[in-house]
Order: sequence, then structure tokens, then C-alpha cells
Amino acid sequence: MLEKFKQTQFYRAIFRTGGAPIATHKQRILVTLNNVFLHLHPVRIPKHAVKIKYTWCMGGLSFFVFLVLTVTGILLMFYYRPTIEYAYGDVIDMKEQVPLGLMREIHRWNAHLMVITVWLHMFRVFMTGSYKPPREFNWMVGVVLLILTMLLSFTGYLLPWDQLAIWAITVGSNMAGATPMVGAAGPGSSLLAIGDVNFVHSASDARFVMLGGRFVGEGALLRFYVLHCIALPFVIMIFMIVHFWRIRKDGGISGPT
Amino acid sequence: MENFKEIINFIAAPQIMFTALLAVFFFIFPPTDWLYSINRKLGLHKLWTKGGGIFLLVVTLGFFIFGLTDENFRLIVTKADNVPIVGLLFLVIFLLWLCLFQAENNDKRIAEGKGPMEAEDAKEKVLVWPDLVYIELIALVIVSALTLIWAISLPAPLEGPANPTVSPNPSKAPWYFLGLQEMLVYFDPWIAGVLFPTVIIIGFMAIPFIDNNPKGSGYYTFKERKMAISIFLFLWLLLWLFLIMTGTFLRGPNWNFFGPFEYWDIHKVEVLTNINLSELVYMIWQNKALPDNIFIREMYGFAALGIYFGLLPLILAKTVFRKVYDSLGPFRYSVFIVLLLLAVSLPIKMFLRWGFNIKYIVAIPEFFLNI
Repeated sequence: MLEKFKQTQFYRAIFRTGGAPIATHKQRILVTLNNVFLHLHPVRIPKHAVKIKYTWCMGGLSFFVFLVLTVTGILLMFYYRPTIEYAYGDVIDMKEQVPLGLMREIHRWNAHLMVITVWLHMFRVFMTGSYKPPREFNWMVGVVLLILTMLLSFTGYLLPWDQLAIWAITVGSNMAGATPMVGAAGPGSSLLAIGDVNFVHSASDARFVMLGGRFVGEGALLRFYVLHCIALPFVIMIFMIVHFWRIRKDGGISGPT
Repeated sequence: MENFKEIINFIAAPQIMFTALLAVFFFIFPPTDWLYSINRKLGLHKLWTKGGGIFLLVVTLGFFIFGLTDENFRLIVTKADNVPIVGLLFLVIFLLWLCLFQAENNDKRIAEGKGPMEAEDAKEKVLVWPDLVYIELIALVIVSALTLIWAISLPAPLEGPANPTVSPNPSKAPWYFLGLQEMLVYFDPWIAGVLFPTVIIIGFMAIPFIDNNPKGSGYYTFKERKMAISIFLFLWLLLWLFLIMTGTFLRGPNWNFFGPFEYWDIHKVEVLTNINLSELVYMIWQNKALPDNIFIREMYGFAALGIYFGLLPLILAKTVFRKVYDSLGPFRYSVFIVLLLLAVSLPIKMFLRWGFNIKYIVAIPEFFLNI
């Protein structure tokens, strides 16, 4: 039945390799080459590159976890409204009203997992010296991806709008208020003044820009929601494209020469 | 049993734990040939054998299983948002062992002139389909299954609705930022929350340009990159993960320290007798009032900073880091040493606090400039 289906014009229209059983060397190569997703990979790789003890699988898992987060995040967006009135109630409804209300659990634990896998990926890359020439630039792109991962996690932390969320973000955003020169509580900010008029105060400093207000409120929730769902995923995807492309251009996975 | 818990509570205090870890750290991960030979003599490299791995597993797992019998320990460790950190702890120990196990193996092979194991493997080429694609698929299935079980068995935390008028005690940042929050004990927010993150980012991006050792690219080794690996592990294990663990598990109400088996008593009182360097010099040593002029008042602090960032790099370049300086050249060495001194300033500030109760080296609250 399946074999017959594979011979149809329909199947062959989708899979260019056609329905013939994949047995020869050439066909195996074509599987990778003819598939837009698989062709991120090279066709042939050195054997150490498929060993878990070398790669720890962490880079690939980071990407996979990112995809899980994208899918579950889209599903959560159907139920969530980023306003003070609704946010907390919507989060409760995700568990109580939505069938199999597990999506938030999956999203949250995968978010923690992504921070961990990205850190461990970096750990592995360092320990194998894989940042050394010609991969310096890709290491730097990786550092940017690490920061974006933590920012994504941080902005998402506010969205449930419970005590845990706003106070964690309050602690985090207070740091921005201490930025030298541009934070109201930072060193040097009081120097930016003409007479008694301060340019940098609690309604014009770095913290205000981050929160869209003097404290973690309506403005911050909307700002973090847009950053979390649109802005940061958009940016991180651009950097991921560069990261993956550069792996290939820099000679594939690192290895002894 | 209670006595044992008391002892652990006592040892877990950062003053003792950090000092102890720092004391043994450079023997376990030796940066220089001399320390490397001591490491061999003491047999510390045996940690990275199969026996050593089992030893590490038994010790950490044993401690956790024993700890879980205690109510206070269980309360902190099984808090939903803390579970990933426990997982991280075990993963990091396992992966540290895994890479150093392979590094030891490779170092032996290289010494025998055989080249690293990875080079042996790399001689053979495999096809991505099916050899890699199937491994990826299996990894995805396993991780999906694990996160599904995790999601079913552990509900995502949700506390009461946000209330800006009631602040929880302690208020903690998300766990991956707790290293930075823990630094707030020793530094002002502009350093712990702004300067250090910036320096960490710049410093990490600078790694490939500072480390100009061509060896050890694409395979596990320790011997060929002692200095680089030792410094990296110092930053990653001691200054990042250790602080996160302390901030998560051992900091309770009012950010006071609580041992792993200690009840988080909100009324625990800690004596705060911290003073600034200027107060120490003028008021205690010289028994005088603080001068009115800010620059005279803080000149000892500025002098200390000047020596630390100006003179010390020169001295180090002539002594401990002579080889490093020779291979890096003046520019790379300057960047390297400034980054390293900034990182080392954290433990220095810790010891100044613990040993001499010093709060700020330079304290100019007039401009929020406290260092």
C-alpha cells in the first residue's frame, strides 16, 4: 500500500527522489541535497561529528527547543491578552479552561531548558577550542544568541503577571536605573543638568525606556509582550541564520586538522 | 545527624565554601606547568577517570538524596523554578567529567605521538542521511518525552496576582540572573548590573582574539591549553555557577545567608558593620574626621584602583604572566589583563568584605559613584 503510494505522481511531485527504495550511496546523498531542511547539513561529515561525546548535541537541541517554544508560544498567544485586567486571568484559564492545559508548562520548562542548552553548548564549544580561527566570528554571533536567549527568557518571565513575575522584573529593571550617566540612580547622572533642571530623572532614564513607565505596570507588560513575541524572536532568527550559515562556510563542525 | 547538618550549614556559607573552592581550584584545574605537576603528584587528575566519575556521581547524588530527607532542603530544591538549576548542576558535573575524561585520554595519546581520538574518528566519513539525521531524530524524541514528563509532573509556578504594594521577601530575579544579583552583595547596581554584564559580553566575544594558541582546536585536550581552560572554568564554575547556586538555594529573606538545612527565618539578624575604605583610614586608623574635599577623602581608594589597574598589569607581565605577555604582545595583553583583573575584583571584594568589613573602596554617594 505504502509502496504503491510512493509510486504515484502525487508523492513524486513532493519528494524529488521518488519512490524507489533508498539503497545506493547516490540516493542517500540525494536525500540530503533534495530536501530544503536537511540541506542545512553537509552531505558527508567526519565520523567524530556524529558522536554525542564530542558534540553533546547541545547546539542542535537549542535549535529544536527554540522551535518547540515558537510553536507552543503561538498557541499560548491565542489565549493571552497583555493587559493588567486580563493577563493573570488568561494564564489561569490556560490551565483550567483549555483542554489538556499543558501548553504553558511545556513552554516554561522548555524556556528554562533552552537557557541551559545554550550555556552548555557554549561550554562544549569552548572545551573543544572550536572558537579558534576560522570560527572567531561565529563564536561572537553565538555570544549574541546567548544574550538574546536570556533576554527572551527574561521578557517572558513578566507575562504571567503574578507576584513572581513583577518582582523578578522589578529587581532586574532596577539595574537599568543604575546605568552610568543615563540611569537616574546611576553614577554621573546628576551631572547632566542645567542649574536645578535634571535631564536624567526617573521619567526619562534607561529604566523608563525599558519599562515604559516609572514602575512595572501596564506599559512594561505591553512592551515585554511585544519584545517577547515579535521583536526578539525576529532578531534571534536573523542571528541564527547567520550562525548556521557560518558553520558551513567556516568548514563545518570543528575537528582536528 | 543534626550535627552533620549543622556542619554542612556552616561550611556552605560563602565565606568558607568559596574560600575552600578557590584554594583547591587551581590544583584541580592547573593553569601552569608547575601546578600541573603538583596536580599529577597529588593524583587529582584521577577525578577524570571512570572511577573518578563514579565517585563524583555518588558524592553529589548521595548528598542530594540525604538532603531530600530534610524538610528545609526539600522546600528549596523542589521549588518548581529551582528544579532546572538542580538539573543544570548534575549536567555540568557530568559534562565537565566527560570532557576532561576525553581530554586526559587525548593528552595521553598525543604524548605517545598518536594524535587525538577525534582525528582517528575523522579519518572515516559518514553520510548525513541516515547517520546524522537519525541521531538527531532520536535526540529530539528523547528530549520531547523528557520535557513532556516534566510538564505533566511539575506545574508551572503561578503565585498570587501581581501586587505592586506587597513585595515578597526575598525578591529574586530569574535564576539565570541570580549570579548578578548575588554580586549586589559586594558591588553597587551600576557595577553588578550594568558594568559587569557588559564586560562579560565583551570579554566572551574577545576570547578568540585573546587566545592565540593554535593548538587544541577541534578536539578535547587539557595539557595543550592549560591556561585558557583554567581561566574559563574559573569564570564559568566559580564566578558564575557558584554564585547562581548560592543566590538560588542559600539566600533567604533580606538576602541573608541560610544553610541548605536551615529554616528561612525572616527574623534572622545579621550584624552589618560595613565601613568604607576612607572611613577605615581616617576615622579608625588616624582617629580623625573625614575631610570635606571628596578627592582628598577618597584618595586612598583612587590610589588603590590606580595600583590595581595601572601598576599591577606591568608587574604581572614581568612575573607570573611573562610567557603570556610574550605570546600576546602589548595590545592583546592589555585587553586580557584588564578583563581578568575586572573578574578577579569580585573575589577580592568578597574577601575585603569578609575579612575587613569593607563596603566601598571609593565611596562618593554624592554622585552615586561607589566602587
